[in-house]
Amino acid sequence: MARLPILPAALAAICVAGAAWAEEIGDAEKGADLFSTCIGCHEVGAGARDRIGPHLNGIFGRRAAAHDGYPYSRSMQRAGDDGLTWTFETLDAYIENPRALVSKTRMSFRGLKDPRDRADILAYLRDFSDNPSDVPEAEPTARATDHDLDPAILAIQGDPEYGEYLSSECLTCHLPDGGAEGIPSITRWPVEDFVVAMHAYKRKLRPHPVMQMMAGRLNDEEIAALAAYFRDLD
Amino acid sequence: MTLNRRLFMGAGAAAAATLKAPVLLAEGHGKPNVVVVGGGAGGATAARYLAKDSDGAINVTLIEPSRTYFTCFFSNLYIGGFKEIDDLGHNYGTLAAKYGINVVHDWAVDVDREAKTVSLAGGGSLPYDKLILSPGIDFIGGSVEGWDLSAQNAMPHAYKGGSQAELLRAQILNMPEGGTFAMVAPPNPFRCPPGPYERISMVAHALKASNPTAKIIVADPKEKFSKMALFQEGWANHYEGMIDWIGSDFGGGNVSVDPAAMTVSIDGEVTQVDACNVIPAMKAGRIAEMAGVTDGNWAPVNAADMSTKADPDVYVLGDASQQGDMPKSGFSANSQAKVCANAVRGALTGSRVFPAKFSNTCWSLIDTNDGVKVGATYEATEEKIAKVDGFISSTGESSDVRRATYEESEGWYAGITADMFS
Repeated sequence: MARLPILPAALAAICVAGAAWAEEIGDAEKGADLFSTCIGCHEVGAGARDRIGPHLNGIFGRRAAAHDGYPYSRSMQRAGDDGLTWTFETLDAYIENPRALVSKTRMSFRGLKDPRDRADILAYLRDFSDNPSDVPEAEPTARATDHDLDPAILAIQGDPEYGEYLSSECLTCHLPDGGAEGIPSITRWPVEDFVVAMHAYKRKLRPHPVMQMMAGRLNDEEIAALAAYFRDLD
Repeated sequence: MTLNRRLFMGAGAAAAATLKAPVLLAEGHGKPNVVVVGGGAGGATAARYLAKDSDGAINVTLIEPSRTYFTCFFSNLYIGGFKEIDDLGHNYGTLAAKYGINVVHDWAVDVDREAKTVSLAGGGSLPYDKLILSPGIDFIGGSVEGWDLSAQNAMPHAYKGGSQAELLRAQILNMPEGGTFAMVAPPNPFRCPPGPYERISMVAHALKASNPTAKIIVADPKEKFSKMALFQEGWANHYEGMIDWIGSDFGGGNVSVDPAAMTVSIDGEVTQVDACNVIPAMKAGRIAEMAGVTDGNWAPVNAADMSTKADPDVYVLGDASQQGDMPKSGFSANSQAKVCANAVRGALTGSRVFPAKFSNTCWSLIDTNDGVKVGATYEATEEKIAKVDGFISSTGESSDVRRATYEESEGWYAGITADMFS
């Protein structure tokens, strides 16, 4: 598979340098495959941008909630203020069970139970952290939003007041504070991602039957209105 | 409009209300008055949205006798041992403090539609420009021979949240080894169509752990019920041999009970039982009848805004309404409340009124991590609230899907209770 560098020599060097990590460092190629479960929200690699979640270039060694421009949850900000820094150890705990580490994180992810899977993903992510200059110029880049939605639909300016009314139907299940227990957070999403996701439900590309039904009767303007409203709901 | 601005306005209104307390008759100062009767999924939601969205331009009064409201939805999970009763209790403090809603803990006992006032059991009356009734259900006397409200301790209905659910769970856990639990299921239409059958599942779950040789008998006046194939599959998988469901074609509708003797007669056959859950036939909560907006057992409403056919200034939400295709559920009441609040606010303040959209989903738990669901979307037509589209869980789904469905129901509970009370 065409992907980047964890060169065996570099890996060996890390293992020597950080003996405590030795058995935690996994297989970056397997990690690249496993990362497919993350790319709905996170991009990584050259040109990666913040989407539903922040991009993950340079995540290792960074203080939690320290990446400028991304609207972190209050819980994540507090964790960063308290000194949480992303290392193999803390990232491993976070992706094992996100809410065990950051109780009200907006990351809607059940967690990865298998320590080997976590080690593989972290080995993959590690490639995009060590030195920003090592981030590759082209392949491989995990993109959050591959879609074929008509640009005209994405260009619709949503009416936030109509969105607020329509949102009341979403808020029977989804929490306005971004909490996510059993039902994902839908606040603070980039408009494009929100619109793409809702149209994917409407076209029954995404599988959830409740969401297919709810999205199915919303027209393009209504989806844009909801995206505009939820983008700014804090 | 930003949420921050609204919250600030709401807080200001609350502070003003505090200074003027105690105020029962909300003082007008030219502001329109909305009185909401019933603080459940319909009424609490309607009051909250009206107050939240009107930035203090409407005086909103909520009349609800209970200081702590125990949701009827999820009470089956309490009976099954999946929830503590306190998990289901909510109070109205935030509605008062954050949105300036005048919360009155009293019973509304009459409505004078000429004078546009609601009178309270504790004395006094409240004027309204718009009245929203969301009183839930009451039981039809005599619908189960031998049972009336005076028998609700011996044979609980447990069809309103709180103490009745606690009583039924205690009776189930106290059954003798190998004893018999009976349910008398209600005729259509009734609150929460899958509710009795989720309850049977939860009773079976509790008994399987504490009393595995116990038996469950269900006398049902219907031939079929909501999610029937899903429940029957689940009962066969999890509770084989425990549950005997007797539909109307086998005499399940020919029932009488004797609460003193603790016997149930089904199609002439008398059975001694150790616990018995009688869920009688239902009608709109009494205040709807007192207001004169019912026709038969329920209050017919216009689908576009939930106003009654009898009076354009009186609205009925949720179980008590007769609206068309929506099931009587907390989710439906919450959905109707938001449509109604938008219309009432528009009528009183000239704010934008958007088209009515309704939806409902009912989750049921069959056993640990075995959740199923059914749902639909609805629109307002001239004639009724009409179904647009729907779905239902499939039999034979994987355990992962069923677990995710259960976890989703937990998420919904957090969502709807936040939408009512936070």
